[in-house]
Amino acid sequence: MFKQLQNNDLGNLEVTLDGCKILVPQGTSVAAVVLAQGLRSTRTTPISNSPRAPFCMMGVCYDCLMIIDGKANQHSCATYVKQGMHVETQQGVGPALGDAR
Amino acid sequence: MRDHYQLIIIGAGPAGLAAAVTATNHGISCALLDEQASPGGQIYRAIESAPATRAQVLGSEYQQGKTLAEEFRACSVEYFPECKVWSLNSEREVGVLYKDQSKIISADQVLVASGAIERPVPFPGWTLPGVMQAGAGQILFKSAGVIPSDGVVLAGSGPLLLLLAWQYMQVGVEIKAMLDVTPHSNFLSALTKFPRALLAHHYLTKGLIYQRDLKRAGIVSKMAVSNLKAEGNGELQSISYRHLGREHSIETGLLMTHFGVIPDIWLTQAAGCQHRRDSSQQCWRPQHNEWGNTSIDGILIAGDGAGINGVRSAEYAGRLAVLQALFSLGVISQAERNQQSINPRKQMRKERHIRPFLEAYFAIPQNMLATTDKSTIICRCEEITAGEIRAAVDNAHGDSNQVKYLSRCGMGPCQGRQCANAVAHIVADAGGEAISDSSLFRGRPPVAPLTLAQLASLSAENAS
Amino acid sequence: MNTDILIIGAGLIGTSTALQLAMRGCRCIVIDKASPGRHASGSNAGGLRQLNRDLAEIPLSVAAAKMWHNIENLVDSDCDARFPGQIRVAENQSDMHKLEQRAAMVRSMGYQHEEMIGRKELFQIVPALAPHCIGALICREDGYARPYHALTAFRQKAESLGASFHSDCEVYNITQEGDGWSVRTSQGTYNSSIVVNCAGAWAGELAAQMQEPVPLTPKALMLMVTERLPHFVDPVMGAESRKLSFKQMQNGTLIIGGALVAKLDFEQERTDIDWQQLAASAKTVLDFFPQLQDVRIVRAWAGIEGFMPDNIPVISASHKANNAYHAFGFSAHGLQLSPVIGLIMAQLILDGLSELPIEPFSISRFNH
Repeated sequence: MFKQLQNNDLGNLEVTLDGCKILVPQGTSVAAVVLAQGLRSTRTTPISNSPRAPFCMMGVCYDCLMIIDGKANQHSCATYVKQGMHVETQQGVGPALGDAR
Repeated sequence: MRDHYQLIIIGAGPAGLAAAVTATNHGISCALLDEQASPGGQIYRAIESAPATRAQVLGSEYQQGKTLAEEFRACSVEYFPECKVWSLNSEREVGVLYKDQSKIISADQVLVASGAIERPVPFPGWTLPGVMQAGAGQILFKSAGVIPSDGVVLAGSGPLLLLLAWQYMQVGVEIKAMLDVTPHSNFLSALTKFPRALLAHHYLTKGLIYQRDLKRAGIVSKMAVSNLKAEGNGELQSISYRHLGREHSIETGLLMTHFGVIPDIWLTQAAGCQHRRDSSQQCWRPQHNEWGNTSIDGILIAGDGAGINGVRSAEYAGRLAVLQALFSLGVISQAERNQQSINPRKQMRKERHIRPFLEAYFAIPQNMLATTDKSTIICRCEEITAGEIRAAVDNAHGDSNQVKYLSRCGMGPCQGRQCANAVAHIVADAGGEAISDSSLFRGRPPVAPLTLAQLASLSAENAS
Repeated sequence: MNTDILIIGAGLIGTSTALQLAMRGCRCIVIDKASPGRHASGSNAGGLRQLNRDLAEIPLSVAAAKMWHNIENLVDSDCDARFPGQIRVAENQSDMHKLEQRAAMVRSMGYQHEEMIGRKELFQIVPALAPHCIGALICREDGYARPYHALTAFRQKAESLGASFHSDCEVYNITQEGDGWSVRTSQGTYNSSIVVNCAGAWAGELAAQMQEPVPLTPKALMLMVTERLPHFVDPVMGAESRKLSFKQMQNGTLIIGGALVAKLDFEQERTDIDWQQLAASAKTVLDFFPQLQDVRIVRAWAGIEGFMPDNIPVISASHKANNAYHAFGFSAHGLQLSPVIGLIMAQLILDGLSELPIEPFSISRFNH
């Protein structure tokens, strides 16, 4: 649905998206990157498990939540890509929290 | 970051940037807090980094931001980018999260330059992946050069829709259709505002040029469209609408909608400032005077967060509010304040000539603000439908806050940012009451979510 | 307007009283200066706790627990009540010792609902807990409800039996006229044979007007709630020597409290969250559940409640006037008691005495 215009001004970073390594331009948000990669939805809702995707791109709607570097419920539209970042689509409330021990 | 400043400015859009430049010219201690990594706000987003070709497509109004950003970089303000403001109270204490450390700082004067958000207008299917706000399309373009690859349908109302269509056309995006929901009746109500709008004819001219260019390019454009629906299984596959009494549909994987913008009032609500319903702008905004003073001493508001008046007006409002702050701080005299305000105030008035016309012409139809379609999701987070909200109204004594208690509408992560307006309209409509100053949900802090570790870091900060 | 019984305050206590009176065929009106459940009753943490109650409250609390377990029979709704138990954790031997003494005391009074569990059972019940905890006091029948839902169910049932609720009805003054009362309000004057003061944080002002002043302090207790999380803890968690009150609701959100007081402007009914206190509370939560560090708080609020100096309520006929009754000052733990308070008040008003021991809650205890 989206593509990135040619842009040679920015260096490339390596990011893992749902297990696949991709090269992405520096200075962009995770949401912009994953949309340009062709991802249609970034999460499913905790209530009906319906797929959702970034809606407002300005930190208002909370529909772009993803698991970033192991942390659930991260705002992908307000998080900038970093070298070596791990990005995953989130299912519902995300993975179990585990025990304290 | 210090514990106290004479002035704290929140937001690095046109109002905040202009305010910071004016303030530091007078040598006061001033901090500017902003959630983004670089100055510009949404309107001038990525203004420092957008490649020249992209900036050119974004137009001259966008490029004006470059000068402002340069002036801002040259001034002596303490600038904190990627800083989340999560609280503001009536004592002018500001809760911030900066480099994963939370802290409460205070100021003698606080200028809120929070800007605007897109007006969320629920319609069937608006939660499907592939449906986005037009502002999101613009942000993708400005900040990352990301544009639709397989065409897009643009629907809704307002100047931004036209601007985005024109910008997309410049970079070769296929626009499958432009669907304008503005009813014909708006034209009549806007007519009386037209003479004043002529005083800001450059805006009108620009709009006409965009329309002409789109028409020449053969882009399908429908007026007075109704019954907009997004359809698809798990993602957007098509949209449907009614035009001239007939149903139509278009296959598309992408729909961008725009229904105007409204002030981002979460900070002023948190601080306890009084808010008023603005019937012309169809929104709630903080009550304020000509200097930007809110109902709370020492808390000022400037820019679209005070009421929608556009990017240029925001810049002047930012300067005026800072003059008031400087006067309150005893840095300049009343006479100096008044003298220095003459030019920005004159400019600001000029910029605003167009607004009453735009507000009347692009007013959103009542049946879209308070949808009667029971199955439409209103609260995107908690997936509460219009039907559930209408059913709760009686038990909730016609109070949207109690609708919230009963239905959980507005209790998800966005805290009502996407549903508060629609709930207020639906509750008023269902109860047969007029919409009022107090129809919105009461604000519940924090203004932005905070992890337990980030919140806990506040106590460590306090102890150190 | 004339009525037999006028209840002032449409919180859970007033509503439950109206329900029990209506069940016995009485004509009553409940008035509220805002709307039902606007303050503490609608915005509390929802705890249904017999555990660690003031000794005087135990008989009432045990009776109330039976009612909560059959709440659908009373109000035609389960009020979203759940009973996964409540736990009070010991972090060291000193805590353990205090809790054991408490358990023994309760047993000696003839009650079995509070019992000690050791480390092994504690971690079977709450595997997610930090390993330093060594045991706990538990009440397995305890739990929580959704307060505003409970309030609405109580009100609807009372209404179905003939009680009336009048919102936006602020009391200006109360005067005795003969054996009855004249209550002047923002919605006109109510003449009633009997007046019941269930006005929560505002009950002190009413009691003073009824010539029976009490040392009630309004306070606003803060709560915070997180985003929805995967299920990870069943019972409601407290701790013996720390301010912890913590539960995971049915929908996955965590509600975190712990008797933390917000800044309150009582006249303006305005509360300001005290972030330093909530930060300390967040730190406490992380001491018990470090795996929650990246969980986000989405909302905090404070509800205005009436507190008595001895932290137990006033449940009493007036000692100054005929045909006046009081039930207020529940000091932030009234939700669990509310069904039985309605029953007690109906008995007091209609029969002149209650079958449950309410002497410790007499309004006359503040007279000297």
